[in-house]
Amino acid sequence: MSNTAYAHPDALVSTDWVAQHLNDSSVRIVESNEDPLLYASGHIPGAIQIDWVTDLNDQIRRDYLDRKSFEALMSKHGISNDTKVVFYGDKNNWWACYAFWVFQLFGHTNATIMNGGRLKWVEEQRLITKDVPHYPASTYHAQERSDYKVRAFRDQVLSHVNGHFPLIDVRSPGEFKGELTHMPDYPQEGALRAGHIPGAKSIPWSKAVQPDGTFKPSDDLKVLYEQDNGFAPSQNIITYCRIGERSAHTWFVLTYLLGYPTVRNYDGSWTEWGNSVGVPIEK
Amino acid sequence: MADISEYPETLRDVMEMFEDIDEHGRAEILLDYSSRFQEVPSHIAQRPFPEDHRVQRCESEAYVFTEPNADGGINFYFAVENPQGVSAKALAAILQESLMGEKAETIKTVPHDIVFRLFGKRISMGKGEGLLGMVALLKYFAGLTQKEHKSE
Repeated sequence: MSNTAYAHPDALVSTDWVAQHLNDSSVRIVESNEDPLLYASGHIPGAIQIDWVTDLNDQIRRDYLDRKSFEALMSKHGISNDTKVVFYGDKNNWWACYAFWVFQLFGHTNATIMNGGRLKWVEEQRLITKDVPHYPASTYHAQERSDYKVRAFRDQVLSHVNGHFPLIDVRSPGEFKGELTHMPDYPQEGALRAGHIPGAKSIPWSKAVQPDGTFKPSDDLKVLYEQDNGFAPSQNIITYCRIGERSAHTWFVLTYLLGYPTVRNYDGSWTEWGNSVGVPIEK
Repeated sequence: MADISEYPETLRDVMEMFEDIDEHGRAEILLDYSSRFQEVPSHIAQRPFPEDHRVQRCESEAYVFTEPNADGGINFYFAVENPQGVSAKALAAILQESLMGEKAETIKTVPHDIVFRLFGKRISMGKGEGLLGMVALLKYFAGLTQKEHKSE
């Protein structure tokens, strides 16, 4: 099935499209990974790396960059306001979707995801290089970070729960059920309490992708979210996971592939909710 | 941070390599280790690998296996099912090349900060926990294997 079945087909490009635009100065290819070694092991020629931890986060507060820092990041990589930014990465574009989401906080709408991500590019035996490109600094003017449309904060989530609005927990079923690993020294996902936010439905993020790493066709996504789980485009939906990265993937699917207009990602996610005093939890 | 002297002796040289290293050097060394990763031999474990040997919450789908050796130590092996799991493969190779055949008591003394010393303090929480989970599961199985072997 072609991309045109999606609500916003321009939000995706194929590996073929990227291969044809490697030298397109109006395009910047950005790799964002879960594994910090992957970019150094080889990447798409001309691709820069944007790392969630070191590039997109404020290094003191738990928050994202502010406008000036985002502008500096864009300038450093030669990205202008009209540059088409193409994100790709490992884990079926999980972190690529997260970076895409952060870019939306600053209004960079000329952005796409390379369908299939890094694994598809590698498996198609396309060009890979270890050369790290350097681009002339650009001038970039970002809007003030706008959190209200695609981002949810804890108190908003609490109101959402009290109003019986829908949430999607995209973590694994074990995390959703609050199963702990009863083993000495084993890390426990950074939270004092386990379980899920009351009323949330469990739809692991990976259910939206196919074995080759590409997103499922629109019809299959509708079966997953609408037929099997009862969600609808008219709903006000909040997605969450542990720190908001996996749920950015589901946010992307609902917003751009299915065209849901009101979906927010709760980036505080379980590491905030599961450590907050007095908030309701279900198991 | 643990002092280097708190690490098992056979790991100290590796840990010292990562002292005051820049990010480029760190990546080069880790990638070199990942290229030397050797998967669990088929006489120890075969796909589908048992779920109770899987490292929970490790995005690289890593598995840990142990067996007692003739000297009273522990031989151990890893599988990393994510083809892009280079960090997991690097950690597995470092542990294998440094601790293979050591006593369980020695393996269990590996400090928790090994992941941060090797991969840097700015590693994401999720990635850090997944890698630390590999170490934790290795310690668990090493202790279990030694206990079972002694009781035989």
